[in-house]
Amino acid sequence: MAIAKIIGLETEYGIHVTDPAGDPTNGSSQLINAYVQDLAGRIDWDFDDEHPGRDARGFREGSGIPVIETHLVNTVLTNGARYYVDHAHPEYSTPECSTVLELLAADRAGEMILQRSMSAVRRFLNSGEEIIVYKNNSDGKGNSYGCHENYLVARSLSFKDLAAQFTAHLVTRQIFTGAGKIGCEQPESGRRGFEITQRADFFEERIGLETTMNRPIINTRDEPHAEADEYRRLHVITGDANLSEVSTLLKVGTSSLLLLMIEDGALADRDLYLRDPVRAMHDVSHDLSLREPLELESGRNASALDLQYELLERAQSYARQRGLEALGPAAVGELVLSRWERALDGLARDPATLRRELDWVAKYEIMHDYCERHGCDFEDPRIAALDLQYHDLRSERSLFSRLGMEKLLSPQAVEDAITNAPLTTRAYFRGECLKRFGGDVVSANWDSIVVDVGTDPLQRIPMMDPLRGTASHVATLLDGCDSVQQLILRLNE
Amino acid sequence: MAEREQRRKPSNDRNREADEASSQTATTERGEKLKAEIDDILDEIDEVLEENAEEFVRNYVQKGGE
Repeated sequence: MAIAKIIGLETEYGIHVTDPAGDPTNGSSQLINAYVQDLAGRIDWDFDDEHPGRDARGFREGSGIPVIETHLVNTVLTNGARYYVDHAHPEYSTPECSTVLELLAADRAGEMILQRSMSAVRRFLNSGEEIIVYKNNSDGKGNSYGCHENYLVARSLSFKDLAAQFTAHLVTRQIFTGAGKIGCEQPESGRRGFEITQRADFFEERIGLETTMNRPIINTRDEPHAEADEYRRLHVITGDANLSEVSTLLKVGTSSLLLLMIEDGALADRDLYLRDPVRAMHDVSHDLSLREPLELESGRNASALDLQYELLERAQSYARQRGLEALGPAAVGELVLSRWERALDGLARDPATLRRELDWVAKYEIMHDYCERHGCDFEDPRIAALDLQYHDLRSERSLFSRLGMEKLLSPQAVEDAITNAPLTTRAYFRGECLKRFGGDVVSANWDSIVVDVGTDPLQRIPMMDPLRGTASHVATLLDGCDSVQQLILRLNE
Repeated sequence: MAEREQRRKPSNDRNREADEASSQTATTERGEKLKAEIDDILDEIDEVLEENAEEFVRNYVQKGGE
């Protein structure tokens, strides 16, 4: 029953416009426009298939549904990504990927695209002014913006079961997905100092449709951008935006693997259900010992680290019995499992051993070193500055890039992903159509492309299956077409 | 729990044995190398960290997103 895990990441970047006359919404538009003006042309997004208010639990759209801002800048790139203004942030959504390594490249490509946008926009700004982009999720003043993960799952799986069985992972994976943060968003808790994640404090519900208030651990948005009878797109909103490649690999890799297991009934017992997941979400983020007991429905207590070891052991056993083909070539599943074990062993022994691998550990350790050198503590304003500047994407200011963090990808792989879509999903078809016939592509979205063949009406090419439109499926077809008219003729044959 | 602790131990023991097997000198050298690297990183951070930390952090205000 487990299906290939097609995955994607949507990142809302923090933005600071230094010109007091500027604002973040216009600044985001300027950034994106400056970048796409440097490219051959701009292809707009097509909103025809957007239904963010549809609920996986079967409810109808009601009040409080997300608003789609169709008037803001919204473009599609040749790597199959969407680059747009969401609320008051620049947002980059990766193309659909079939392995976590493809996704990592597409996500890192996004960082490069934002960096290039910051350079490109300078020519439009007053002298001395800048638009600065941060890859983080919190301004430390009560505002959060997301890094959402998307996983293709089988529609045949009950959403209720999926939600119940996946929650413990979303709560406990924080020990390796966190990007670290100074301060707490719930002052009444009395908590201060360093916490593991940027996002945990903002979660208030177990399950729900919201993403901007009363945030739920399980988001029920039911907008598959694919054949709805066959697929769901699980929209995960709990995660931090990671700069560390290892953290991103673990965040998406372990979650994909557990979703396969849930599809195959390998987590169907209630042994790992948390009694109070929302409270546990906060507690785990504030527990640097990683060993505070969490209460389970069964009455048993286990720490986040214990629960992660239990999930890992089940995943290892599942992999031996069923294989991990749904994650891509065998090496991908093996990498996820070995990195997962390595991270847990490191966290169990001494988190500091992972200072070149995990975001929160890297940030915590360098703050600690900084305090030692300067004789200060974590309450010092310079530590808050260090916290924020860790995420600054400007190469001259980025602290992350100075910490010697481990890279899993070559610079060339990231560079390629800026212009080229993954070969293994429909993103290939989208990206290639833009490259080859960009002038005739009117608009595009996740599941279709609209082209102008020169005569009315415009032609919509549906792409309802994320696994069709791959290079092996359409490269020969595209090579045989000199024009979009030919492409339409061939597709209709 | 106890059972799982047992199963978890081997990998930790392997790490520990590996650590112990390496000579004291090598450990010290590694420690010094790491410390030198961290010193270099801290030098760089001192150069690039925003000068007015308080104002820098105060001015970073975002609208909610998602």
